Amino acid sequence: MRKIFTPLAVVTAAMFAYSPVVIMGAPYESTMGLVQKIFYYHAPSWMVMFLAVFMCGIASLIYVFRSDRRADRVAVAAAELAAVFGLIGLVTGPLWARKAWGVWWQWDARLTTALLLWMIVLGYLLVRRYGGPGSDKLSAVIGVFGMANVPFVYVSVNIWRTVHPTTNVVPTLKAGMRGPFWFCVLAFLMLYSLMFAARVRLEHERARLDELYLAEEE
Amino acid sequence: MIRRALVAIAWLFLAAPVFALQPSPSNEFVPMNQVPPSEQLPAAPLVVAAYAFVWIALFIYLLSIWRRLGKVEAEMQALDRRAGDRTGSR
Repeated sequence: MRKIFTPLAVVTAAMFAYSPVVIMGAPYESTMGLVQKIFYYHAPSWMVMFLAVFMCGIASLIYVFRSDRRADRVAVAAAELAAVFGLIGLVTGPLWARKAWGVWWQWDARLTTALLLWMIVLGYLLVRRYGGPGSDKLSAVIGVFGMANVPFVYVSVNIWRTVHPTTNVVPTLKAGMRGPFWFCVLAFLMLYSLMFAARVRLEHERARLDELYLAEEE
Repeated sequence: MIRRALVAIAWLFLAAPVFALQPSPSNEFVPMNQVPPSEQLPAAPLVVAAYAFVWIALFIYLLSIWRRLGKVEAEMQALDRRAGDRTGSR
């Protein structure tokens, strides 16, 4: 991973730097106009957030049943990234909604379940940090609950009547919008991979440091 | 008494231009199909704010990972040095 980290970081930085050009080249949406351009960062950030919650949940499951410390470190790294990308989605969404819907926030099914999912992730991190001894297993269970919540958030727009666009929007994107959107998704996925690798490394290093301190005390 | 009444009437005439400058109260609400352009919320500041937030948030988070990694690695090096000193003194 170390060998490809730097080239991948350069490519990702270049993609992010070029993304505004790609997005500006995309056609305007007929009813929302310019403000719809927020979509190109908003939707990928939620996609990456869902991926991070899934990774956290699967790693937490492994940790709960096998007590594998490596899985626990992966879960912590993924949870922190889920909180960051979730925050991006929660901030960019209202900025888009203010113009498109006339309000910053609407307590509909999609927005409320998304906020709850983000709060579950925050709960995971808070339990982990302030829960004391044994909080690793407890937070792992929260991570599994977070993962179970993801499909509900995703299909909420199709089940309940909401102001949020349905899941049908992305598969039916027109040619001019499809390219910029998947370009941004790829950029976000690459950035996520890099941040995830760095964050997992930080957890491994912290674990090694703890071991060194213990060895020194003995 | 008559003088006071005349002064009061004179004051009323002086105030007449002030009343004339006041907007007339609306007697009815007139419907229209579209909000006038001067009332519309511009989209550009919202789009710029959204993109700026994403860039700044990601940059701060990357910086925080970098800083934390540097701190842990520095601590490990210090531990290694201490261990080396101890074995050297034995």
